[in-house]
Amino acid sequence: MDILSILYTIVPAALIAATPLLFTALGGLFSERAGIVNIGLEGLMVIGAFSGILATLWFETLGMGAASPWLALLVAMVVGAVFSLFHAVASITLRADQIVSGVALNFLAVGLSVFLVREIFERGQTDYISARIFRINVPFLSDIPVLGPMFFSRIYVTTYIAFILAVIVWYVVFKTPFGLRLRSVGEHPMAADTMGIKVNRMRYIAVMLSGAFGGIGGAVFAITTAGNFAGNTIVGQGFMALAALIFGKWHPFGVMGAALFFGLAQALSISAQQIPALAQIPQVYMLILPYVLTILALAGFVGKAEGPKAIGKPYEKGSR
Amino acid sequence: MSDNQKKTKQVLTGLAIPLIAIAFGFLAGAVIMLLSGNNPITGYTALIQGVIGDRYYFGETLQRMTPLIFSGLAVAFAFRTGLLNIGVEGQLIVGWLAAVYVGVAMDAPMIVHLPLAILAGAIAGGLWGFVPGILKARFQVHEVIVTIMMNYVALHVSNSIIRTYLLASGQRTDFINSSASLESDFLSSLTDFSRLHWGFFIAIAAAIFMWFYLWKTSKGFELRAVGYNKHASSYAGMNVNTNIVLSMVISGAFAGIGGAMVGLGTYQYANILPSFTNLGFDGIAVALLGASTSIGIILSAFLFGGLKEGASNMQAAAGVAPELVEIIIALIIFFVASSYLIRWIMTRLQNNKEGK
Repeated sequence: MDILSILYTIVPAALIAATPLLFTALGGLFSERAGIVNIGLEGLMVIGAFSGILATLWFETLGMGAASPWLALLVAMVVGAVFSLFHAVASITLRADQIVSGVALNFLAVGLSVFLVREIFERGQTDYISARIFRINVPFLSDIPVLGPMFFSRIYVTTYIAFILAVIVWYVVFKTPFGLRLRSVGEHPMAADTMGIKVNRMRYIAVMLSGAFGGIGGAVFAITTAGNFAGNTIVGQGFMALAALIFGKWHPFGVMGAALFFGLAQALSISAQQIPALAQIPQVYMLILPYVLTILALAGFVGKAEGPKAIGKPYEKGSR
Repeated sequence: MSDNQKKTKQVLTGLAIPLIAIAFGFLAGAVIMLLSGNNPITGYTALIQGVIGDRYYFGETLQRMTPLIFSGLAVAFAFRTGLLNIGVEGQLIVGWLAAVYVGVAMDAPMIVHLPLAILAGAIAGGLWGFVPGILKARFQVHEVIVTIMMNYVALHVSNSIIRTYLLASGQRTDFINSSASLESDFLSSLTDFSRLHWGFFIAIAAAIFMWFYLWKTSKGFELRAVGYNKHASSYAGMNVNTNIVLSMVISGAFAGIGGAMVGLGTYQYANILPSFTNLGFDGIAVALLGASTSIGIILSAFLFGGLKEGASNMQAAAGVAPELVEIIIALIIFFVASSYLIRWIMTRLQNNKEGK
């Protein structure tokens, strides 16, 4: 295999693997920028994958055909946002420990979705969906030599949506009044409150956004890659999205880079055996690479990752 | 109100919150059963029968409790020093592998072999706890994220070691030598041939050890002081950083021994794990419900171990999917974590009473 054909396999695979991570991590960015830790991203992806597959199957029986998975993504978005309310109510209104509440959310998501799958399908997994989101070649762009086959051929539309979304999120968080309020609530809630920003309302919105994006992230993975839902459809992607969020230093473009990098590590761990130069490296190194890098990033070896100041603390009016 | 009365009242509130949380959790479970077309009474009867209805079930419940006690102790111990150790899962996995490795690779009389195998588990878990501890102490890195990442590293590395060096048949290592085994014919026959093993008593002993260490030694006092107030402890001349590292190492060692119990007692081998065991994550629930006290951890390990064991009978006898207990456990954590709500309701009720 020559280097180009290797790249033609690896790069699209990396882009596709990065997509659900990017969606979910961008969601986590809203929540954490507003000062709410979201360990529950994993659970939100689980619930998104579950509702995405279920909705696709349902729309198929209604005769929606090729539109089913797209409508299902919307359903997953809404379900994710509603489900994240558990985390929001517990950690914002009831001042629960945000990490514990996130852990509980993960438990609840797996328990509830697999329970429902068993009740509906009477076994541990759902049927496979038949209406899929297919890979496309982008007109014109895919004809560009070298870059075309790498970035614009045989890639899901959802991948492009995720990358466009990263730009939109950057604009919203850094260039709009809403984004300024969101960040101020995460950095110094008391100052924000003094300026008339409703701290808890902003935080609710942020957590629900993370739920919506996490739901889409999970559904995208289930619909494009897995094809059905079972208890082991989402294993660790949510935590990897969290890692991408931190490794990307809570910045949309950093998150995009981190998601791409983790996607590349994932793609390499699967196809390294076919690449002569990499075949010697045991697969385990590729598997643990994203996690080790995140630890190193946090320790400051790969540039210090520092989160929003007020992260993890519930806001009580009048407290100092 | 005298001091004594105040204290009794505090203890009562402390007891009421977990009990109310458990009640809420079961209530929600009943509602879910009703909504999904099951009879909650039949469901819960089958669940309870699946725990105490048979000597075998009861033995298996105690067997399930064993690693849960250890993971609960691990979470609680770190929590007392103000650290949240989400990495118990990974520490447990490496402890399991290390203990089994010593059990397989060595041949020695039991009096040497078994303690050595357990020690190997403790050391492996302690090492896995050392990394987030030192990063927290040295670079102020939040331990939660590091421990989560360490979980995945543990899972992949352990699987890879088993796959490359220790694979005996299918997905697992060789059985450990009997000189490193915690198996007990006596306990097993007592409980109708369940997998109950001596590890259960080691777990109880560990719980007593944690109580003694934290509350009766000066080192334990230091650890708790750091948990209450870092700055005050530092001002009083305690070395905060050393205590943070020590706390994570001991916490990891608890988790590692928990893994050793699973490897040396329940299964007698280690296998390639397709995903997490969840024993470590359940430890968060156990510690939280048990209010990070030794006795509370034993009781809540019994509750969660029982729920998990009873779930299979609930499915067999009442046709309720076993994942229901996961939902109940998640909701119990929610309610304990949101104890603000329960406190608020309790004060409201009290004020109403006093207002009359």
